[in-house]
Amino acid sequence: MSKAIVATASLAGCFGCHMSILDIDDRILKLIELVEFNKSPIDDIKTFTKQCDVGIIEGGCCNSENVEVLKQFRKNCKILISLGECAIMGGLPAMRNGIPVKECLEEAYLGGPTVGLNSEKIIPNDDELPMILDKVYPLHEIVKIDYYLPGCPPRADLIWNAVVALLTGDTMNLPYELVKFD
Amino acid sequence: MKDKILSIVENYERDPGRLMDILLDVQKAFGCVSCEAIGLIASELKISEVDVVQTRSFYHFFTKEPVGKYAVYLNNSVVSGFFGMKEVADEFEKQTGIKFGQKTADGLISLHYTACIGMSDQEPAALINSVVFTELNREKVRKIVADMREGKAVEAMFSQYGDGVNAHPLVKSMVKNNIRKTGKVTLGEYTPGKGLAKALNMESKAIIQEVKDSNLRGRGGAGFPTGMKWDFCARENDSKYVLCNADEGEPGTFKDRVLLTERAAMMFEGMTIAGYAIGAKEGVLYLRQEYVYLKNYVENVLVELRNKNLLGKNILGKGFDFDIRVQFGAGAYVCGEESALIESAEGKRGEPRNRPPFPVQKGYKNKPTIVNNVETYCSAVKIIENGAAWYKAMGTTESAGTKLLSISGDCKNPGVYEIEWGMTIAEMLEMVGATDVQAVQVAGPSGICIPPAQFNRKIAIEDLPTGGSMIVIGKNRDLLKDVVLNFMEFFEDESCGSCVTCRSFNMILRKQIEKVVEGHGIKTDIENMTAWSEIIRKTTRCGLGQTSSNPITTTIKNFRELYDKRVKDVDYQSDFDMHKAVAESCEVVGRIPNIHE
Repeated sequence: MSKAIVATASLAGCFGCHMSILDIDDRILKLIELVEFNKSPIDDIKTFTKQCDVGIIEGGCCNSENVEVLKQFRKNCKILISLGECAIMGGLPAMRNGIPVKECLEEAYLGGPTVGLNSEKIIPNDDELPMILDKVYPLHEIVKIDYYLPGCPPRADLIWNAVVALLTGDTMNLPYELVKFD
Repeated sequence: MKDKILSIVENYERDPGRLMDILLDVQKAFGCVSCEAIGLIASELKISEVDVVQTRSFYHFFTKEPVGKYAVYLNNSVVSGFFGMKEVADEFEKQTGIKFGQKTADGLISLHYTACIGMSDQEPAALINSVVFTELNREKVRKIVADMREGKAVEAMFSQYGDGVNAHPLVKSMVKNNIRKTGKVTLGEYTPGKGLAKALNMESKAIIQEVKDSNLRGRGGAGFPTGMKWDFCARENDSKYVLCNADEGEPGTFKDRVLLTERAAMMFEGMTIAGYAIGAKEGVLYLRQEYVYLKNYVENVLVELRNKNLLGKNILGKGFDFDIRVQFGAGAYVCGEESALIESAEGKRGEPRNRPPFPVQKGYKNKPTIVNNVETYCSAVKIIENGAAWYKAMGTTESAGTKLLSISGDCKNPGVYEIEWGMTIAEMLEMVGATDVQAVQVAGPSGICIPPAQFNRKIAIEDLPTGGSMIVIGKNRDLLKDVVLNFMEFFEDESCGSCVTCRSFNMILRKQIEKVVEGHGIKTDIENMTAWSEIIRKTTRCGLGQTSSNPITTTIKNFRELYDKRVKDVDYQSDFDMHKAVAESCEVVGRIPNIHE
């Protein structure tokens, strides 16, 4: 059997979910037998070089670049997985959703307690920068998502069990402890 | 202000358990329950301000800001919508120059929407300073607003009163009874005191046995065997309470309104019999705020009963003491749920309790309590009077006796009908003069919506149970928009917010059905609504969450084609628009959006 090809990305997330992927410990050796990575921070491949089987995405979409990356993933992956709270619901970044963008930017660059060095009172506006969205969006509001793995971060065992089940076609082992959060 | 609040608090003997009454009096006196008032009430009752705030914030007839000198609460229920609520609302807005949810600058008039006020047989209806106005239209609204500007008293704005007790000097209301069919039990002949006299000559156990034998089941809708409930409570060794649930809030129900108007004495008699049967000395009638126009009359009935020695000390010389007080609600559908009703009667937020313990074990003031519907108590009187066998001979094997139906919507003769259980929907439609019927909403929003193919089904606890609400929906109605969406808005408003899924999923479901109604829906939305309805049904504490998705699930089941017609046959569709999403931030930082598609 040829190895399945996996791509991953962290959008408006904290990389905590990726840390949790690494938390599979020695199973990483088995993982390498099972899959080949394409675009992913794990192997630092920046752009898709081939069609992938599974795309795993952490974080929601807070800017235009997140949206573009997400759409590339949809185009290049057969199956897309929303990994973690931010991807599924927007998470911590979505706390700004109730506040107008203008107020957020002014707090961040003009009025906040840590903006002392911004003596020229500039809100970054270079064309090279991604544009900020009006709110933080969960992934499924922008593209179709096939599976959701909850948690902040999802436990390593949950990620491992889910990915293995998906690749082998076996039933997913989902003990209560893996999805119990309190 | 301080003196007034002090005297109100004194009136209720500084009892925090009477917080509802205190807040109702304060709201009436000042047009609001202000933060200042909260502070005073809290310190006088020696409870925390938060305790007062949480009760105030729960009920929609308590307001933080003052309402207008004339506060208009227009009913926005489904049936009101059928008969011109939009035009009436529009005329109110035109005449006053304000929108609903606002108050005129001079503080004279405020406009509010409210859920079903129990007048579905005479819509559109509104409460203005608690006085009921029915069958409103543009012309009447113009006159009402003109009268307000002249400063007329609300009671003086009309002189035609309804039939029966509605014209009683203590009521003087324009509400009509619309009794279309009387039966042998609740709307049949009634001689006050007869049932009670017989009961007091019986052993209390024999009364419970008689009620058990009659097969009487709760008339509020749940259909729990009444005799069994009384028996459970009677077995407890503690002081006990008899509560009457007159919080008739299920949209489309108004039969208790008619009983309270025409059979108040009978209901109290039933409560007294129940009190004797279970060994209670006190009863509470929990009456919804919408029916406050009956307050003086109902309280006077209690006085008359005491004068006749049918209530109070040593009733009919048999050594049995029992008395009843009236507790008003302040606008909350969920208080029709018995444990929420108990919380509310104790002056708290009307949040349902966890069970067990059940109210028959720990209810009002944590004492064993029975809570029964108005119609249940009225039926019990007749059962004692005429015997279980007489009662059981009516209806079906599993549903004994008669049932009051409140029938409204697209039919010639909306009103209250006392029927024997077992009537089919088709027979009912013929009885009320309904033709061209698209659907019948049985038992209100929390019930089910059935299509013509099922009109041969029976109105009975074993087939189509109902607390009494029957809404006839004509072929000309947009079922999803005029009915289902309205019901979901209702549940979203009325969820007490205690269970997470009820609080959030009712909003999500409302948004989803709105999306379908507006033509943006896709096939997946129907599947999602079905799946999410199952989640909310399984994960909520009380009947509200367990039934609030019924408008959606029963119409998906019975009227699937209405959904299919409106949704796109695709699995996924995104509403995300990059141009819209970046517009604001680009403007703030001063750059031109560069979007690569």
